[in-house]
Amino acid sequence: MSYVANTANDQQAMLAAIGVDTVEALFEVVPQAVRFPTLELPRSLSEIEVLAEMGRLADENAEANHYSWFLGAGAYNHFVPSVVPQLQMRAEFYTAYTPYQPEASQGTLQAIFEYQSMVAELTGMGVVNASHYDGSTSLAEAAIMSVNSTKGKRTKILVSPNVHPQYREVLKTYLQGTDLRVEGDEEPANDLAALTGMLDKETACLIVQSPNFFGELEDLEGLAERVHGAGALLVIHTDPISLGLFKPPGAYGADIVTGEGQSLGNNLNFGGPYLGIFATTDKLVRKMPGRVVGQTVDTAGKRGFVLTLSTREQHIRREKATSNICTNQGLIALGAAIYLAALGKQGLRQVAELCYHKAHYAAAEIDRLAGYEVVKRRPFFKEFVVKCPKPAGEIARQLTEQQILPGYVLSRSYPERSHELLVCVTEMNSKAQIDQLVRALKEVA
Amino acid sequence: MKLDQNAKYQESHEWVRQEGELIVCGISDHAQESLSDVVYVEFPEVGDSFSQGETFGVVESVKAASDLYMPMGGEIVAVNEALEDEPELVNSDPYGAGWMIKFKPAALEEWDSLLSPADYQQVAEAEE
Repeated sequence: MSYVANTANDQQAMLAAIGVDTVEALFEVVPQAVRFPTLELPRSLSEIEVLAEMGRLADENAEANHYSWFLGAGAYNHFVPSVVPQLQMRAEFYTAYTPYQPEASQGTLQAIFEYQSMVAELTGMGVVNASHYDGSTSLAEAAIMSVNSTKGKRTKILVSPNVHPQYREVLKTYLQGTDLRVEGDEEPANDLAALTGMLDKETACLIVQSPNFFGELEDLEGLAERVHGAGALLVIHTDPISLGLFKPPGAYGADIVTGEGQSLGNNLNFGGPYLGIFATTDKLVRKMPGRVVGQTVDTAGKRGFVLTLSTREQHIRREKATSNICTNQGLIALGAAIYLAALGKQGLRQVAELCYHKAHYAAAEIDRLAGYEVVKRRPFFKEFVVKCPKPAGEIARQLTEQQILPGYVLSRSYPERSHELLVCVTEMNSKAQIDQLVRALKEVA
Repeated sequence: MKLDQNAKYQESHEWVRQEGELIVCGISDHAQESLSDVVYVEFPEVGDSFSQGETFGVVESVKAASDLYMPMGGEIVAVNEALEDEPELVNSDPYGAGWMIKFKPAALEEWDSLLSPADYQQVAEAEE
């Protein structure tokens, strides 16, 4: 089979069909003067010169290997064991695009199946899909699925103000042009009690994040009963690393669990590609968006893997599909599966404990500093908010000069919170780094 | 192709039968055979109202998923919950245990607009 389409003969046939003599004639509408402008490009470089130039540009970045990194807010600097890229970069996995034919792709299908199975265990849910673009798109899909599960009769989506502000923006972008509305998230004082008070017959779901954007663990006990009592679904967005230590959302009665899977064996990558985790209950599986790989047996009775429950998807259901965005992050999901398999249950718990204890050590030390105060509304996992004696943006600028990124400057999302810093501590931060951060904060106070 | 002589049909392959004041609805033998093994039926909720021609549910087989259309307008009074565990009843007994919904008709005269068994047979055979 020839992979060279569009031969000269093909072109002649196509031109004849539309009644045009030459390909150039197709471009006659473009003014002559701009058709082939002279490009003023620098002289071409040798490979050695190109690599040197790219290296110089790359060195201008502040990246996690050369900075004391206390920046989180949705993108986390966790350790990536060497086994993850080693296996993930194998050509069989790395080069193929949407390789789902069961007769040719058992390896990829099994890897996705294993990913689904491990994430199902981690989240405490019945079924997991083959992933979405990132945590924010998973969250938006969860909102739409909640509405669809009421056959579109309920159009209100209640969202906690403690959900990541950028995720809330993505959600609102997804909902543009629909009659669905987001409520609850613009008022910072809306705690879970206030939000459950806003549940009504119009409400399709309540979306909460725990640990929330500010790192705090929400009080999820009894929440599902209140949400279900109003006939709505409970969507919990979570940090998969936190599940090494805390009770999974499934155990709290969540109907849909979403998460950002970047933490699981994937580098920061300047913000992408990331991994959208999406899990739900067996009961809701037919409303779930995205692909699912299932386990079956072939005609000889041998174990095999195939895409399953495809009738939800757009190649079959067209405009009535559960979602019309079917792209997943297969390679990143594979990385997450390798990461989870390499760490195991104990390893993941250890990572979570390291994050927890280091973050609590850092919080205690910073809280002791004159002028600084750690916000202690709720228990927290690996991130916490610090009130600073001067604008947080100024502190971040000063510390960056010392190769310390002290955290996320909250005024970037909340202009009124000018003196607050969201600090993240992971297993990657040594005690020496934390002590250096504390000293630097003291000096600039 | 089996037909229920007491039922009326529409071109999208649903059948309806009068039971007292209610209308029972399912899909025809020809439809279940074309779909092959039915694995899931998505129902409306009891109390939902639909007009004639509106989608009230989805029938899903190993081969395809198809919308189900109301042959007559009305309010749903019952759905066949047995199909949740045994969707294969749609294949084995399409006019009996494989029924899907019962509804209170909004306008009984819509019955007259539907196909007789003989007319439906022609439609179905033309498809084969």
